[in-house]
Amino acid sequence: MSVKLQIFEYNGSALVAMVGKNCFAIASDRRLGVQLQTVATDFQRIFKIHGKLFIGLSGLASDAQTLYQRLVFRHKLYELREERDMKPETFASLVSAILYEKRFGPYFIQPVIAGLGDEDKPFICTMDSIGAKELAKDFVVAGTASESLYGACESMFKPDMEAEELFETISQALLSSVDRDCLSGWGGHVYLVTPTEVTEKILKGRMD
Amino acid sequence: MESVFGLVGKDFAIVVADSSAVHSILVHKTNEDKIMLLDSHKIMGASGETGDRAQFTEYIQKNVALYQFRNGIPLTTAATANFTRGELATALRKNPYQVNIILAGYDKETGPSLYYIDYIASLHKLEKAAFGYGSYFALSMMDRHYRRDMTVEEAIELVDKCIVEIRSRLVVAPPNFVIKIVDKEGAREYAWRQSIKDGSVLEA
Repeated sequence: MSVKLQIFEYNGSALVAMVGKNCFAIASDRRLGVQLQTVATDFQRIFKIHGKLFIGLSGLASDAQTLYQRLVFRHKLYELREERDMKPETFASLVSAILYEKRFGPYFIQPVIAGLGDEDKPFICTMDSIGAKELAKDFVVAGTASESLYGACESMFKPDMEAEELFETISQALLSSVDRDCLSGWGGHVYLVTPTEVTEKILKGRMD
Repeated sequence: MESVFGLVGKDFAIVVADSSAVHSILVHKTNEDKIMLLDSHKIMGASGETGDRAQFTEYIQKNVALYQFRNGIPLTTAATANFTRGELATALRKNPYQVNIILAGYDKETGPSLYYIDYIASLHKLEKAAFGYGSYFALSMMDRHYRRDMTVEEAIELVDKCIVEIRSRLVVAPPNFVIKIVDKEGAREYAWRQSIKDGSVLEA
């Protein structure tokens, strides 16, 4: 079917990360589409860099896969040289630099980075496709459903939520937002990270 | 527009492709084989720009053979899929290949698998996949009738249902299809479904 090509909306995506009390949550939808057609309902958008650092990549799926491979490579090399994991702030700067390298031929993605930094202080940030960082203390969103996500998060978010409440809040914000966006949805994928454990949950929402 | 689709069964995978080679309003031939045998246990069905399709699939086939020569063991299906995606991704911003690929293989340790790789190098492992205008019909039929543990006979019945839909509902429907299968015994041509036979033309 011929639809005008909007490269950031080609595959469809929804990403959100939220800060809680000594914890964070990062969530994504599960749809992989080709414009109006749905190809898969189990697509992975959030990747683990190390035990306390996750990155979600929204936008063009192909560039998300390429960029993920490049970032894992860079982090593994860092780990070998420094003999420790990368801090989230450092990783965010690395992603920003890699994206700006392609300033005049960019990767068509918008990353959401979430991690626990020094003393397990939660860190979240997002950036645009050429690496302009946006730090936030509460939540960050990305993807085709970002406008709905901004509204849902702004109204549902409270500072210093405990892990269970944070999980409920981020899940409700994600599901209600993707229901208003035809290009994202088909369930949700939530990672809840505290200093001691990582919980991964699949959400069942409207499967359309 | 070319249709390619595939599905994974109990211990096999099937890839089906139409076999018309078309330029604008002219049908050059109706028995073009668009599913390449990469090695003994892998098949790659491709659709898209004719020259790119032929060149790219042959390139992948030769590289799969080279790996086996150099290393003495064959690539796994997953490795082949990732290699193919890498080649498409590298070429994407220089000289893109306009080829959509369905790669199916059988590995001794992991069984049958199917990979969807589109022309902008998005890779996803799936149980059923389809490309082209025929995908709108094939995917819907497969969504309705597919089960994970189908036998070969059941899968071929489903493939035939998809072909019937494509033939009856697509305005410029391709008349002929080729079906290839890969299982423990290896990769081979399973059948042709021809409603127009090229009597006087030699098989390419």
